[in-house]
Amino acid sequence: MYALIGVALVIVGFALRINPLLVVTVSGIATAAIAGIGPVEILNAFGTGFAGSRSVTTFVIVLPVIGLIERYGLQEQAKRLIAKLDTLTTGRILAAYMAIRQVTAAVGLNSVGGHAQTVRPLVYPMAEGAALQRYGQLPEKMTEKIKGHAAGADNIGVFFGEDIFVAIGSILLITSFVDTTYHLTLEPLAIALWAIPTGVAALVIHGTRLLLLDRQLNRMAFLPDSPKGLARVDD
Amino acid sequence: MLTTEWLYWLIGAFFLAVAGHILTNRENPKRVGSAAFWGLLGLAFLYGTFVQSGQAPAWLLGIAVLVMVVLAGFGLTGRSPERTTTPQERGEAAGRFGNKLFIPALLVPVVTVLVTIVGPLITIGGAPLLASGSATLTGLGISSIVAVVVAVLILRPPKLSTPMHESARLLEAIGWAALLPQMLSTLGILFTQAGVGKAVGTIASSILPAGSLFAAVVVYSVGMAVFTIIMGNAFAAFPIMTAAVGWPVLVQTFGGNPAAIFAIGMLSGFCGTLATPMAANFNLVPAALLDMKDRYGPIKAQLPTAGLLLLVNLGVMYVVAF
Repeated sequence: MYALIGVALVIVGFALRINPLLVVTVSGIATAAIAGIGPVEILNAFGTGFAGSRSVTTFVIVLPVIGLIERYGLQEQAKRLIAKLDTLTTGRILAAYMAIRQVTAAVGLNSVGGHAQTVRPLVYPMAEGAALQRYGQLPEKMTEKIKGHAAGADNIGVFFGEDIFVAIGSILLITSFVDTTYHLTLEPLAIALWAIPTGVAALVIHGTRLLLLDRQLNRMAFLPDSPKGLARVDD
Repeated sequence: MLTTEWLYWLIGAFFLAVAGHILTNRENPKRVGSAAFWGLLGLAFLYGTFVQSGQAPAWLLGIAVLVMVVLAGFGLTGRSPERTTTPQERGEAAGRFGNKLFIPALLVPVVTVLVTIVGPLITIGGAPLLASGSATLTGLGISSIVAVVVAVLILRPPKLSTPMHESARLLEAIGWAALLPQMLSTLGILFTQAGVGKAVGTIASSILPAGSLFAAVVVYSVGMAVFTIIMGNAFAAFPIMTAAVGWPVLVQTFGGNPAAIFAIGMLSGFCGTLATPMAANFNLVPAALLDMKDRYGPIKAQLPTAGLLLLVNLGVMYVVAF
């Protein structure tokens, strides 16, 4: 039961707003020490854990090109382009992006998009450009809202699309873990199949929310000082 | 056969270059600490290759990781003041280059797709060129190189170090969040070794009303979401909740369909990922990349969807798996 102290440490550390890096490290060391794992083995775990998960940081490799083209006005150009297409609203752009992201991830192309690759240089400037076109100047509250939804559209699209593809990490983790631990022989395809209902639900639920975002932005733009209860109807 | 190690070396070299860039920047008040953080991260990417192949001791890398945690965790790192073009200069440049600016941006996804599709088909002397499972990351690496070369040719920046300078700016905005995912995967390893799954199972079996399938489904899926929120990663929560409830209760006692239970259990964990700052690469990094005032902005946008999808998962699992 003492093994759960580490879990409690993470919760407390987070509640006290201590730097998550420190919280996670202390919790890991404490949990391992309580379980009688030796110091060298703990250091080994930190080393192998780092070496084995380097792939999560690979997105940084696109930063040089993204930083360079931004310096020469990529975001501004994306806004100008969108301003010419006035049927495109912020919500529609984000909903379309999420759908594309989900479908491409479902066929295994989950590195095609991402926060560094597509959201910052293209999707967010387009979503913001559409709002600028409709409302003129945007207060910070609105840009923050659009930014949050631009990031969310990417996450939700890729999370609930990638599991429909058989060779993705999460499915291979499920099969390798349960096959070795419980002596099953699960087919990756059978698991991928059961990700479809939730994938469809994600598209419908979040797609609807993104389309409703336009109304929310309308309210924020035209009723800036409305009473709290009114402004937060579908928040 | 080509693995993804070359990409990790390229990224390692990139971090080292960023470290050098920060060290020479006298405007950064904490340049030594910051340079040490990014420099160690770069060396760790290179050294990790030999840890992965078992040629070098892992504990040395473990020490380096802990030093990075201390540097970032105790505020010994800091950002340089931003030096880039003004909004007005950007507007003028956009007028000059127009839609040509999209060429490098679009090359990244297009070349990634091409390599992902064509790469696995290439064989040299009967052996595949790319190691299995490495095609997408290889594609990302190649497309980034192609795109930066094309961008330099089109835009002709005054100095070849300009892409370096601009990416250091973006990387410094991300800061320590770049290391958190690796730490969380270690936390998952340590939790599993220490028997956290068994302890959770003991608690779960004492609170679960005997014979209630619905309660067991709720505990498994909500447990997946909660542990993912705590550990920042559904992959780390999965072995814990599956050892605690998924296998012994849902499969063994209630005879459910394991493929459906585990697939939907993992997706319940993803609902937790949408709701936690611990999942730094999905929630904190984009907030930094988009210059958001509110670091939790992406989570706030995702929260209602995460809650609704968790309910959907519960319902689907209850209906189809038993």
